[in-house]
Amino acid sequence: MTMVGNTVRPAAVAEEREAGRPPVPRSNAMSYGLISVYVVLALAFGIVPAVYALYLAFTDAEGGFAGLANFAKVTGDFRFWPAVTHVALYLIIWLVALVVLVTLLAVVVHAILARWLSRTLRFVFYLPGALAGASSVLLWLFVLDPTASPVGGLLRLLGFESFVQVIVPGNLPVIFAVIAFWAGAGSWIVIMYGALNNISAEVIDAARVDGANPVQIAWRIQLPMLRKWISYMCIMSLAAGTQLFIEPQLLSQASNAIVPNDYSLNQLAYQYAFQQNDFNGAAAISLLLLVIALALSAVFVTRGGLFERD
Amino acid sequence: MTSAHTEPAAAHRPGVSGWSSRAIVTVIVAVLVLFFAIPMIWLLFATTKSARRLIVSNPFAPGSAGDLSTNWSQLFDFQDGAVTTWMANSALYAIGALAITLLASIPAGYALALTEFPFRRLLLVLTLVVMLIPNTALVLPIFLELNVVGLIGSPLSVILPMSFFPFGVYLTYIYFSTSIPRDLLAAARIDGCREFQVFTKVALPLAAPIVALVAFFSFVQNWNNFFLPFVMLPSSDGYPVQVGLTSLLASTPAFNPSSAGAQSVQLPTLALATVVSVLPVLIVFLVSQRFLVAGMTAGGTKD
Repeated sequence: MTMVGNTVRPAAVAEEREAGRPPVPRSNAMSYGLISVYVVLALAFGIVPAVYALYLAFTDAEGGFAGLANFAKVTGDFRFWPAVTHVALYLIIWLVALVVLVTLLAVVVHAILARWLSRTLRFVFYLPGALAGASSVLLWLFVLDPTASPVGGLLRLLGFESFVQVIVPGNLPVIFAVIAFWAGAGSWIVIMYGALNNISAEVIDAARVDGANPVQIAWRIQLPMLRKWISYMCIMSLAAGTQLFIEPQLLSQASNAIVPNDYSLNQLAYQYAFQQNDFNGAAAISLLLLVIALALSAVFVTRGGLFERD
Repeated sequence: MTSAHTEPAAAHRPGVSGWSSRAIVTVIVAVLVLFFAIPMIWLLFATTKSARRLIVSNPFAPGSAGDLSTNWSQLFDFQDGAVTTWMANSALYAIGALAITLLASIPAGYALALTEFPFRRLLLVLTLVVMLIPNTALVLPIFLELNVVGLIGSPLSVILPMSFFPFGVYLTYIYFSTSIPRDLLAAARIDGCREFQVFTKVALPLAAPIVALVAFFSFVQNWNNFFLPFVMLPSSDGYPVQVGLTSLLASTPAFNPSSAGAQSVQLPTLALATVVSVLPVLIVFLVSQRFLVAGMTAGGTKD
């Protein structure tokens, strides 16, 4: 998850400009030339694989039409629903933590008057983002191992004496959410901070003159204005979160398979493809994931007013 | 851009008032600061300790330069210098894909924003939709596709899929449609520029900020990509460092007791591997924080 939030509002601007623009001389050949490399890449690594995944999901190993058989097979798999539960729990914890804490931190950091302090805080939040992927998981393996951990005392206080006790299945959704939050929250805080800077100072001043306290200002003015950015954050995080893979994969390896290697849906798809040589089943899982992610995104788009004009 | 641009005058900010609410907020923020900072700081100290000192000494006491150099040589001697190979692979994949991404997305973003052609709108919508598809969702079909053309295991099997970066096209599109006045392009045409020259002589020189932004996102994403190389590259010689870390982890007795042996990796060495694996991204992050924040807020202040 990198920083991808800077574009919703400008999109509206771009569309507005389009309405009144001067006529552009048409030169199709040149336009096609300029977009050609991108179109070739989009076809090869976007459209064709997507269509191929669709084809695989609805056919059997011999290429015959299979209807919904692949979907019935994977949803009937005893590993499927536990994986769904794991991913869903993880997503709920992660998204709630993101929405609540990122918004809170952005508002607080924005309210800090000392410029050096505000800048230092943003930097501290933002820097862990550099440790995405396997590196952040590895770092957290250390942090969660009471023998080596910098917060070993805290872990023991919570009743965890060994690494194996920390990573019992019930704790995993929280652990994965913590890792994802640690690495991903900072860039969203920086983005929200930027968005808060765009709220005009007069509006805030007027509210203060009318007797609003900082909490009311945050709740009544800043939060509604951040709504779009919050939905955008949720969509991007959802899309990434449903694909949970590295975290359980590495943890499975590090725990001698106490964490199963089919913990998440994406891992299950990988097992289907490369352990069972069942690419049709794997495609069915990928497709289900995609549909769920897009459907949930649609909720945020409509409820979050993402494509409304200001 | 200067920092004054990104931060409005302090006097206009709402100050937090009220003793108790201020105290609660301070405590929450302090806890979160510790949460973000402790693992990073500890990691740096851990690389300077021996395996025994890592466990017995104060987590936040520095170790010794001697231990750091022992860890360093253990790391780079692992499997006859595999770590060096992995870092070089990561650099090749990340920079190779970055180059193709720029070559593809800067002209495409320009064409979408400032020229007119059939299917322009369709292509724009398609870019937006594909942007929302998580990139791991397509990895398995891409594997099958590249398997047909016999590219599995070759560097191209990760460079080419990573070069497809719709987010970069979208950013470029936004930049060209909001930041370059159409009058400027019209003037260039009146002065006799041909269409292609308008792009190379007028638009490209103005595109430096967006090239930097796309390059940043692309590089970071490519370097950290795990699932794609994990699937595409079966041999350890081809691993990027992110995937190589799993080999190191598998050789660490502390996490995998069955691995004790001549090639075993101690915990501090694994910590050092973590630091080394993110070093390029960390440097990019440090260099780019200021311009990123500026770039991010600039989009909003233009309207």
